[in-house]
Amino acid sequence: MFKIVEKRFLAPNIVSMDILAPRVANSAQPGQFVIVIADEVGERVPLTICDYDKEKGTVNIVIQSIGASTKKIAQFEEGDYLRDFVGPLGRPSDYVHEDLEEVKKRKYLFVAGGVGTAPVYPQVKWFKEHNIDVDVIIGAKTKELVILEDKMREVAGNLYVCTDDGSYGFSGMVTAMIEELVVNQGKHYDVVIAIGPMIMMKFVCLLTKKLGLKTIVSLNPIMVDGTGMCGACRVNVGGETKFACVDGPEFDGHLVDWDLALKRLAQYKKEEEELAKRGETKVCTCHQGGAN
Amino acid sequence: MDMFKRVPISEQDPKVRATNFDEVCLGYTEEEAMAEASRCLQCKHHPCVGNCPVGIDIPRFIKHIAEGNFAEAAHVLAEYTALPAVCGRVCPQETQCEQKCVRGIKGEAVSIGKLERFAADWAREHNIEVGKTKEKNGFKVAVIGSGPAGITCAGDLAKEGYEVTIFEVLHEPGGVLVYGIPEFRLPKDKVVKPEIENLKKLGVKIETDVIVGRTVTIDDLMEKEGYHAVFIGSGAGLPKFMGIPGENLNGVFSANEFLTRNNLMKAYRDDHDTPIKVGKKVAVVGGGNVAMDAARTALRLGADVTIVYRRTEKELPARVEEVHHAKEEGVKFEMLTNPVEVIGDENGWVKAIRCQRMELGEPDESGRRRPVPIKGSEFDMEVDTVIMALGTSPNPLIASTTRGLEVNKKGCLVVDENGQTTREGVFAGGDAVTGAATVILAMGAGKVAARGIDKYIKEKYGEKAQA
Repeated sequence: MFKIVEKRFLAPNIVSMDILAPRVANSAQPGQFVIVIADEVGERVPLTICDYDKEKGTVNIVIQSIGASTKKIAQFEEGDYLRDFVGPLGRPSDYVHEDLEEVKKRKYLFVAGGVGTAPVYPQVKWFKEHNIDVDVIIGAKTKELVILEDKMREVAGNLYVCTDDGSYGFSGMVTAMIEELVVNQGKHYDVVIAIGPMIMMKFVCLLTKKLGLKTIVSLNPIMVDGTGMCGACRVNVGGETKFACVDGPEFDGHLVDWDLALKRLAQYKKEEEELAKRGETKVCTCHQGGAN
Repeated sequence: MDMFKRVPISEQDPKVRATNFDEVCLGYTEEEAMAEASRCLQCKHHPCVGNCPVGIDIPRFIKHIAEGNFAEAAHVLAEYTALPAVCGRVCPQETQCEQKCVRGIKGEAVSIGKLERFAADWAREHNIEVGKTKEKNGFKVAVIGSGPAGITCAGDLAKEGYEVTIFEVLHEPGGVLVYGIPEFRLPKDKVVKPEIENLKKLGVKIETDVIVGRTVTIDDLMEKEGYHAVFIGSGAGLPKFMGIPGENLNGVFSANEFLTRNNLMKAYRDDHDTPIKVGKKVAVVGGGNVAMDAARTALRLGADVTIVYRRTEKELPARVEEVHHAKEEGVKFEMLTNPVEVIGDENGWVKAIRCQRMELGEPDESGRRRPVPIKGSEFDMEVDTVIMALGTSPNPLIASTTRGLEVNKKGCLVVDENGQTTREGVFAGGDAVTGAATVILAMGAGKVAARGIDKYIKEKYGEKAQA
């Protein structure tokens, strides 16, 4: 059992929770995720890690409650216990293991979409801790869904915020923001790291491919165990089948078969609707990564 | 009573059981067990024992049953195995102990497995305490994985006085006994949980939700957490696929995924959140026990199920009993048939599986005749779900995060005759070493490693740990 030591709302349906999980806090690195089970009958829900505090032994997760299982988790209160919390899962981001001098030579642009801002934060923080300035785009549908802006500003070099409806910051989607920076303002980047809804990552990749910008994405397919046992999370990358949980979750976005990945993500839609009808909640995991 | 014939055992009616997840085999009554046990010849050279991977003194426990001393029988079993109720159900006795049974020369072998199951069930139902532990010796051993290998190794070491902690990645202990083997073959609450509880009674601690290699590494366990030795029983790993077109279509699942959803996540029950997709017509590709488990699970979830296997029934690696049960329940078999492509509809869902007919050619390295495709024999089988039960390949996580661990070219951990890996103090056994095999072979490896660890620690540090 894992205690929720702090809970706060980042947006009307987005909660942030600090979970007491010392072993996970001690080992977590940028790019990794956890699996959470709310209660005895709960699903194994993969969630991204937003932050970790090795001294307090806590791991911060951010949940957008739009599906049955995420809604269930989000309803837990401070002092409650989650049944299970396992991680960190997946491989850390490449730069963690690369020669720091090489990393320093590159200019990174992070593109965070919606609740995807949460997993971008520890990455940007890692760069800050290594005295590297990176640029960050936070994109959201509308102003109230922009999350972690202040935290991100503390660790980012330049921070650009954009909203689809123009209610805050630059008016337009993240792709328009990238074009604005790269094409109009002539900024140079070596690597783009994009994390958000799968459809956003697809369109970012279509654009960056055109711009000749290497792009890393963090995939969030359906998973069951998340440890390399079930193969539910398989994705086609460069013509090869990869398991996102053990080979990823980060991949070269220009090699990902997005249409296949998007279709696979919808695999349990009907069951999710039935689960919703059962009176509990409904599952849509397009932002969080697949539960079910 | 005909001493050449086994005492029949009662089973759920096939038509009834095809619609539920309750156990198929109902077990012997006391009278039936005593009658069956009396068929044992108590022969002096007892070849059955030599063919048991954990070397159970079979004639001795059977003699106790024949005499009605059921508790004594359970005590004998406990000397050799931590999981008698499990092994009595899932061991391939027909190719092990029972194959060598002298009764079997002229008639049917003694039902050793069913008797083992009877004694273990009887002891559990009568709350017979079977475990005894020696005085604590102060040494700490970490066991990775709580499947059959890990449970056996942990149990044996705990009995010797070691302080044992099992690290399990999933949220329930039991490994394949929980996620893989279905309820109708191995009941979880009735059989698996009590076996795990027995382990805890021996003093074994179990930490779930720990993925060794990520949450903590073996190096950390030994250098920072003071474990004197580590046993890796991390199991089989990543599911294999065929590498044919269409395998990533929606509706194609690994048997591991299908069974994990159903067994571990209890998707077959309405009160659990995890969904499972079964479709109306299911093809299960493969011929092992896992294929049978997946097929019979899909059948119970309401599907029309066909097993597709590229050799003949004779070569099926599954236990005869499982094949027999599957047939009785209505699973169909397409033998000498091999999928070449999964065909999808316009929305990316499976609509058929294209297969070709095979014939048997010359024997291959496994000694079985190699299946050869018959030209022009392709045909489409309409299905909406395909379950691939083709085995697994080792998960590289532990080997890649532990210093000095060697793997062979298949990716399996290399161990010596004591179960020790190429890293001093780190032992391994079960599927992580052999590739996918059976529960009892994993248990045998856990036992060997437990002895190896005991010897290693005592030679290195003495009989007791320094306080």
